[in-house]
Amino acid sequence: MAKIGIPRTLAYFLYFPFCKEFFDSLGHEVVLSTPTSKAILDRGVKETVTDACIPIKLYHGHVADLIGKVDYIFAPRLVSFRKFGDFDTETLCPKFLGLPDMLRASIDDLSPIIDTRLHLRPGKKQLYLAGQEIGSILGDNPVQVKRAVTRARRVQKKFEKLLYEGMTPTEAMDVLYGDQPGPVNRVDDEAEFRIAVVGYPYIIYDPYVNVGLLKLLQREDARVYTQDMLSARKMAQAGRELPKQMFWYFSNRAVHGAVYFMKQDYIDGVIHVTAFACGPDAMVDRMMEFQAKKYGMPFMSIMVDEHTGEGGVKTRIEAFLDMLRYRRERDEN
Amino acid sequence: MKISFPRMGYSYIAFKWLVENIGHECIVPPEPSERTLDLGVRYSPEFACIPYKILTGTYLEVADMGAEVVLTSGGIGPCRAGYYWIMHQQMLDELGIDLKIIAFEPPLNNISDFWQKLKLVWKSGGLSYREFIRVMKVAWEKLKAIDDLEQLSFKVRPYEIHRGETSRTLWKGLDFLDEANSIPEIKEARSEGLKLLNSMPQDKTRDPLKVGIIGEIYVVLEPSANHYIQIMLGEAGVEVDRSMYLSGYCGRREMHRPNEEIFAMARPYLNEAPIGGHGTNSIGETVLYAKNGFDGVIQLAPFACIPEIVAKSIIPRVSREQDIPVLTFFIDEQTGKAGVQTRIEAFVDLLEKRRERKRKEQGRLRAC
Repeated sequence: MAKIGIPRTLAYFLYFPFCKEFFDSLGHEVVLSTPTSKAILDRGVKETVTDACIPIKLYHGHVADLIGKVDYIFAPRLVSFRKFGDFDTETLCPKFLGLPDMLRASIDDLSPIIDTRLHLRPGKKQLYLAGQEIGSILGDNPVQVKRAVTRARRVQKKFEKLLYEGMTPTEAMDVLYGDQPGPVNRVDDEAEFRIAVVGYPYIIYDPYVNVGLLKLLQREDARVYTQDMLSARKMAQAGRELPKQMFWYFSNRAVHGAVYFMKQDYIDGVIHVTAFACGPDAMVDRMMEFQAKKYGMPFMSIMVDEHTGEGGVKTRIEAFLDMLRYRRERDEN
Repeated sequence: MKISFPRMGYSYIAFKWLVENIGHECIVPPEPSERTLDLGVRYSPEFACIPYKILTGTYLEVADMGAEVVLTSGGIGPCRAGYYWIMHQQMLDELGIDLKIIAFEPPLNNISDFWQKLKLVWKSGGLSYREFIRVMKVAWEKLKAIDDLEQLSFKVRPYEIHRGETSRTLWKGLDFLDEANSIPEIKEARSEGLKLLNSMPQDKTRDPLKVGIIGEIYVVLEPSANHYIQIMLGEAGVEVDRSMYLSGYCGRREMHRPNEEIFAMARPYLNEAPIGGHGTNSIGETVLYAKNGFDGVIQLAPFACIPEIVAKSIIPRVSREQDIPVLTFFIDEQTGKAGVQTRIEAFVDLLEKRRERKRKEQGRLRAC
């Protein structure tokens, strides 16, 4: 029975239900870091090298926030999630590969971290092996650990099904953890616009970093779609349009999602949210631009950093929607 | 076909020979200049790394000079370099420039793709298979000889009496190599070049500091990308040891320690390899330099280079625990030569003081 801290960023948005179920069913207590705030970001900026990107700074901030509150911090080394890519070599961004070591080198008096290597490319057996590794650190019974992984996978499937129904991870977690009575009614065909927002989950779903972009869009009467609402099959299909697959898991998801939405008639525009100094995004963003031109889809990319203000983003959103409105009128005439 | 390629240090001498002897016309890429970088910055994404921008500029320049095909390398990730050619091709197509990029992916990952591209280049030149292999062997020999000369120049430069003589002598040797056309000729040119460098007037009473260079391959290998930092260091009286050479990167044993050994060195600090580019190598090589008694290490990396940022985050810990000073340069289009020079001078001063103090502590301060 230990207290496990999970940083509320990076993989949290897509894989938290899995982690929570896994630790819960082993009888451990899961503690989340507080939602991103100025204090967390400032702490992260202080701990990291200046050249690091915002997500890495945020992650350091979240980990620092957990120090002293928990027995272990769960910061696995995310190497790969699936077998994919032109040479089957898809991994996560190199920064994720070195993340636990970066934490150790930059944060003093760090709590013990669980930095199990998650390399799932060879098959789902790896997931069970990783589970056993975590279990042995925490002193759990191997049989129970195996059961816990199976249960966690089941919950993760349920969570993903909610996403495919068109919920954002935040909404789906509300449903999963009972804050909402039932599935949110998402049939709002009356919305004026249908906008696809693509990018990394830790940027598009973190309302502090993107200064409430999704809320802003909804307030402007736009229905928001994200790449995580697409099934793996749809994504892979869209991915075939690319001359060469990207090397990074989240980048592939973002690009494939973008291409998928660009091919849909019901989508009015695509917004790519990218983080300042993100390495892969230099390629991802330009690739989306090329694809948007190919399909004639209105496209805008918004770059966020630690100084992004609501005013700036709001202005750009309004301008984008105005442009869409103008375009629609022109097409009708 | 008129063929060109990216420029990376002096290796263009070998590639030029190779392209010409396969039976194509070679457009030698000009040394990256301010104009190259200006062009590159204009047509590249803002956060692309500096090698990407330099290559963009180079491709636009060689297209101007009439090149029809560019030969370059692909990659399997997770470093961005493997994706360069896709982005470059799309950019060129969009600008309406008729330049085709042929990128060789690692043959072990996709042998048929590699073979097809190779055949395309080789068959259109009109060589027989036997001749083609011979030409490849000669080019490889040339590449090795170029690296040998450059390596010796780093050893000799801190002792040179007339400033700049090493660089001039190196060029003389490279010119010999440029004219050599067969393996015996290359061997002769190589030993002639080495002899010239060794027989330069030198002041052997000097006691140069030893500094290792680590970092991302392109900015380490291409002198104009790093503001000729290795020459600058040599002329400031520092013996430079570079952790990589192109022939070593391509598998030549004596130029490169096996990756496994370097990764093992890095493991206490970074327990994952490879992380793309030379990220893990940078850590491992810093440890090796510390163990081999070097006075300091300089890390060269392009701004926003993903693996090197990981390395940079971890290096302070390596530096502390292994007791070796490390200076990091993140190079981008804004980096100026004067800035680099100032930081180098300060670093060299620091290393000298540190060495003096250490020797005093060990009780064997040289009488001077």
